[in-house]
Amino acid sequence: MTNKLQKTLLGSCLALGLGLTAQANAEELRIGYISPVTGIFAQVGKDMVDGFQLYLSEHNNKLGGMDVKFIVEDDQGKPDAGVTKARKLILQDKVHMFIGGLLASTGYALAPVSTAEKTLYISSVSSADDLTQRQLSKYPYFMRSSWTSSLPHHALGQWACENGFKKVIVIAADYAFGYETAGGFQKAFEDCGGKVIQKIWPPLNTKDFGPYIPTFKADADGIFTTMVGPMALQFPKQLRAAGIKTKILGSGVSYDEFVLPFMGDEVIGDVSALHYSAAIDTPKNQAFVKAYREKFGKVPGYYSENNYTTAMWIDEAIKKAGGKYPGPEEFIKIMASIKLDAPRGPVELDENRNPIENVYIKKVEKKKMFGYDKDELWNSVIKTYPKVSQFWTYGKDKFLAQPVYDRDFPPCKYCE
Amino acid sequence: MDKSFTKILVVAAALAIIAIIVPYSGSFVVLLTTRAMAFAILAMSVDLLLGFTGLSSMGQAAYFGVGAYLTAVLATKLHFGLGWDFWLVVIMGIAIGAVLAAFFGLFAIRAGGVYFLMITLALGQCVWGLAYRWNSLTGGDNGINLNGRPNFGLDLSNEVTFFYLVFAFFAVSMALMYLLVRSPFGQSLAGIRERELRMQILGYNTWLHKYIAFIIAGGFGGLAGVLWAHTNGHVSPETVVLTTSVDALLMVVLGGSGTLVGATVGTAIVFGLREYLSTLVPWWQYVLGGVYVLTILYLPMGLMGLLSRVRQKFRSQGKEESLKKLATKPS
Repeated sequence: MTNKLQKTLLGSCLALGLGLTAQANAEELRIGYISPVTGIFAQVGKDMVDGFQLYLSEHNNKLGGMDVKFIVEDDQGKPDAGVTKARKLILQDKVHMFIGGLLASTGYALAPVSTAEKTLYISSVSSADDLTQRQLSKYPYFMRSSWTSSLPHHALGQWACENGFKKVIVIAADYAFGYETAGGFQKAFEDCGGKVIQKIWPPLNTKDFGPYIPTFKADADGIFTTMVGPMALQFPKQLRAAGIKTKILGSGVSYDEFVLPFMGDEVIGDVSALHYSAAIDTPKNQAFVKAYREKFGKVPGYYSENNYTTAMWIDEAIKKAGGKYPGPEEFIKIMASIKLDAPRGPVELDENRNPIENVYIKKVEKKKMFGYDKDELWNSVIKTYPKVSQFWTYGKDKFLAQPVYDRDFPPCKYCE
Repeated sequence: MDKSFTKILVVAAALAIIAIIVPYSGSFVVLLTTRAMAFAILAMSVDLLLGFTGLSSMGQAAYFGVGAYLTAVLATKLHFGLGWDFWLVVIMGIAIGAVLAAFFGLFAIRAGGVYFLMITLALGQCVWGLAYRWNSLTGGDNGINLNGRPNFGLDLSNEVTFFYLVFAFFAVSMALMYLLVRSPFGQSLAGIRERELRMQILGYNTWLHKYIAFIIAGGFGGLAGVLWAHTNGHVSPETVVLTTSVDALLMVVLGGSGTLVGATVGTAIVFGLREYLSTLVPWWQYVLGGVYVLTILYLPMGLMGLLSRVRQKFRSQGKEESLKKLATKPS
């Protein structure tokens, strides 16, 4: 053991001293991938990598005819470490592009690296709104294959308003992602005639909602939640245990397939919105879910689907470019010209390099799906909003004239 | 006197080797070394408290953080500190670290031991809380991106140039701290570390001594923060979070407290494992954990303790031989 340790240390010291640089191969597409492989987000990080790997292994490790060298780097869930790793990928491995980044903060930290190093960055999960909105001009080598935080929640706001909800309480995790999801919901909901009557911001990783639940206003007919990780499991449990039967309108991550298998029957009937559901009943999605489940033993969530789709998208683009990587600017142009038929449905890029995609309003149901023999919780699609843009129905100019969704924007006009 | 001269010579030679070799070793290694050296200034400031004054601070990231946030906020909101005024930012960074330490010290220095640790931890978390929640100034969870490094004749956006700048700051900080701990003031700090009561009886104002040491450490923390902000061009609450303080403390313990060089060695090892080994193998955390455990078990004085142990062994062998000679000598 000690011997091995010594060898490793010696090896790493040697490598450090020599500053090993990767050999550039002309036929090879080098892709750097940044995700949290260790730390509290390690499981999500693994799902992200698995999604991308699944596509690669289905296609003999080739994208558009090029052999792929896929290098995964660990950002430990820290934006700063992500920047170091991105620069390692660019400087040492000479990657053509880097992909990934889980947290919104990581996305904000990685985008400037793409500008400074003139290397393509595809954000395949990180959803920070402003990167493809007001800050886009700063990042010419950046595009997104996933979503903006507010995108599905505009649709959810509209749906809630059309389905008889009048007064809604917003409770969301106290950070940028929470503000942007809640902001999107509130904006669309109130523009349609609904009222948000209370906004509560519990800190990230809250496990005890005891102090918050009793303050809920009694006249609300819905509760919008943005819960991340363990919060998503605890909140519905504690809310129902407190005897409150008000309907929940969840953001996508409150009920996505990453947390769903660990939830109890109390969540049956809860509604949420996202640009993906594992229960989309199309042959393409069924094939994806089955292949993923067979290989990794679980139902894929949007973390995996988004990366699978990203790989598919790159595959098409390299094919279109004639089997070679044409440089970041040209590559983004080609990516923008492709209309993709992904497991999540049709996807294409808008002029701000963010996907236009379907938004699914989903209801948790216990049922059998895709021929699996057990009753399980699935996010059944109850309504599809096709081809939703990050600007919802407001149009680009009007939308960008307002500030980015924040703790205090939109203001809570109907709170007392 | 002779012995310390040799020590200085060895350290200077090692630094010279780093300065010569690193720029030729690939730009990622340059980047990593730059980051490690900026962080090593923070680790040395922790050593000043832990190793020389006997105060284990768990909140050193606070001064590091305010230095980094100051740099980032000035650069992005006021476009200040991107030319020759970078030097003003350096001075302001040191000042803000020192001022914050002077304020926090009023609360912390009254306590000792575990209580000191807890108070500095709590104060450090206050700064983290501010960074996390003061959205309009700090950008909250998203942090702040700096657009490019300063350029004052010297273009710091060149990695190697920036490496030499940080290297210079690092070497000067090390020299200053070395002079400080060798000075009469430093000696009285060591006295406080060994036995505070005796120092009080001898008529020293131990509170003031500790307070000043705390402020000086804060100043160096601020300096490290200013440099750190420019290494990756990104400052977020992650910079100020508790683990940053703990990391600095662990590095000092790993390298050997009370030596300054030990803090640097510890920083180098942790950075080497965490940032470099992690690019090679996925099980780097086991190695890092193993190194910590083995150090605590077999080298409670840290890696520098290994050196002094070897030296002692040689010396005692020499002694035995001379004793043998004495014994066999016919009288």
